[in-house]
Amino acid sequence: MSEAAQFTIEQFYRFIAEKKIMAVKCENCGKILIPPRPLCPNCLSTSLKWIQLKGRGKLLTYTVIHVAPEKFQHLVPYIFGIVELDEGVRLPGIIQGVKPEDLKIGMTLEIDFKVDIPQTWPQWPRYFFKPP
Amino acid sequence: MKGRPLAAIVSAGLSKFGKRDGFSSRELFAEAVKEAFDTCPNLDPKKDIKALIVGNMSEAFEHQCHSAPIMSDWAGILPAPSVRVEVACASSGAAIRYGLFAIISGLCDVVMVGGFEKMTNRTTLEATEYLAMASDFPLEQWNGATFPALFALMATAHMHKYGTTEEQMALVAVKNHHNGTLNPKAHMQREVTVEQVLSSRIIAKPLKLFDCSLISDGASCAILTRPDIARKYTDTPVYIIGSGHGTDAIGLYERDDLTSLKATRIAAKEAYDMAGLSPKDIDVAEVHDCFTIAEIIAYEDLGFCNPGEGGKFIESGAPTLDGSLPVNTSGGLKAKGHPVGATGVAQLYEIFLQLTGQADKRQVDDCEIGLTHNLGGSGATCIVHIYRRG
Ligand SMILES: [Zn+2]
Repeated sequence: MSEAAQFTIEQFYRFIAEKKIMAVKCENCGKILIPPRPLCPNCLSTSLKWIQLKGRGKLLTYTVIHVAPEKFQHLVPYIFGIVELDEGVRLPGIIQGVKPEDLKIGMTLEIDFKVDIPQTWPQWPRYFFKPP
Repeated sequence: MKGRPLAAIVSAGLSKFGKRDGFSSRELFAEAVKEAFDTCPNLDPKKDIKALIVGNMSEAFEHQCHSAPIMSDWAGILPAPSVRVEVACASSGAAIRYGLFAIISGLCDVVMVGGFEKMTNRTTLEATEYLAMASDFPLEQWNGATFPALFALMATAHMHKYGTTEEQMALVAVKNHHNGTLNPKAHMQREVTVEQVLSSRIIAKPLKLFDCSLISDGASCAILTRPDIARKYTDTPVYIIGSGHGTDAIGLYERDDLTSLKATRIAAKEAYDMAGLSPKDIDVAEVHDCFTIAEIIAYEDLGFCNPGEGGKFIESGAPTLDGSLPVNTSGGLKAKGHPVGATGVAQLYEIFLQLTGQADKRQVDDCEIGLTHNLGGSGATCIVHIYRRG
């Protein structure tokens, strides 16, 4: 990974395409920022560096979506949740590989990747969560 | 007397809410404006109104940006300068606040504030997508979130932390549908039962169809003046005595607490402090029940009950029409309807009716102090206003 990589959402998704979940750490106050930003909202520092997260965490809350926007209609019903990663930051996303009735708040999940890139903007791959 | 008047409301208007086939938002706005003018004969709109601040969420529904001058024109008040403000579903709550700023600055003696949204011309899929645009695009929308899903995430967390039940959420819908039957301008004009709510189809578990507000067409407006000139226009002004605006991270995932909205707590504190009042002083409130869980969380964040006790609060009957603190007497977003940009000023309209004794079958006896609570998106914006009978 290049240290010169810009602290942008575009770059966050370029790393996702490499199957890496990357965040930015503020070297001044220590706050971890995901998605990355060019300016720490906590201390206003621009002294930042990329760190790779382990991609594991615990389920904080979830829902099962039955009515979705068109590009997700083919997936319904699908599970969507918020996961608190081991490093303390949170990410939203689709959860696969578990039945709705088996979901439990606090269960361990890990990140996996679906790296086909769309032809039109935004040319971003996707990440999702699954049980380890 | 508590609460220094910041501005006076001397008139207000509301279009019929609903599926208004064949009408575009500018025509609905004209309908609301006509009521505000007709009920305020001392107002000379073309001469008196110095600005229009209008809330609207999305240009996508009608393929129309730059809508503020259109509304000024359709209201017949050109060349009154106009501007559109947008903070998702709180857009016209913001219009009220920026109308206040215009009055308090001394630049304008009289302003019109309003809001509008045309929505039912689109399919449910299109509307779902446009509404989801008020959530974070790169992480939430891109990864499959919908608007109901974000509130469902809060509902799941609230149920887990406090034991709130789907039955308690259903009671919010039952109450608001009942109130809607007493409001001729409400979109939905029928009662529902707890059983009907619980057995309606799932949208985003645990939220079902009857936990969700309505996709509606509608427009709203109000005339604000300097408090000291209000009696030129009406014998029964309503004063705005508190205004609060809270802002938080747009992504639900970025917020520490999934069972409470910090933006609401910030806005409520600012408004209560400005008015010199506390939650127990409120006689009637319109809160942002975009989903039933949102009303339960609003009870808690506005201080109507303790954190975690919102479910018990609705069970107790306190927020019903004959309870100790009637909430959403209009039917709320749930039954009156939720043309998103119109909602903030539509809430003001209901409080204006209540505090001037014009709420007919849903009139709350002897009410003096009212409150409106208007959320944007999943809660990155919240605007609270407090009102006193003049
Ligand atoms: Zn920092």
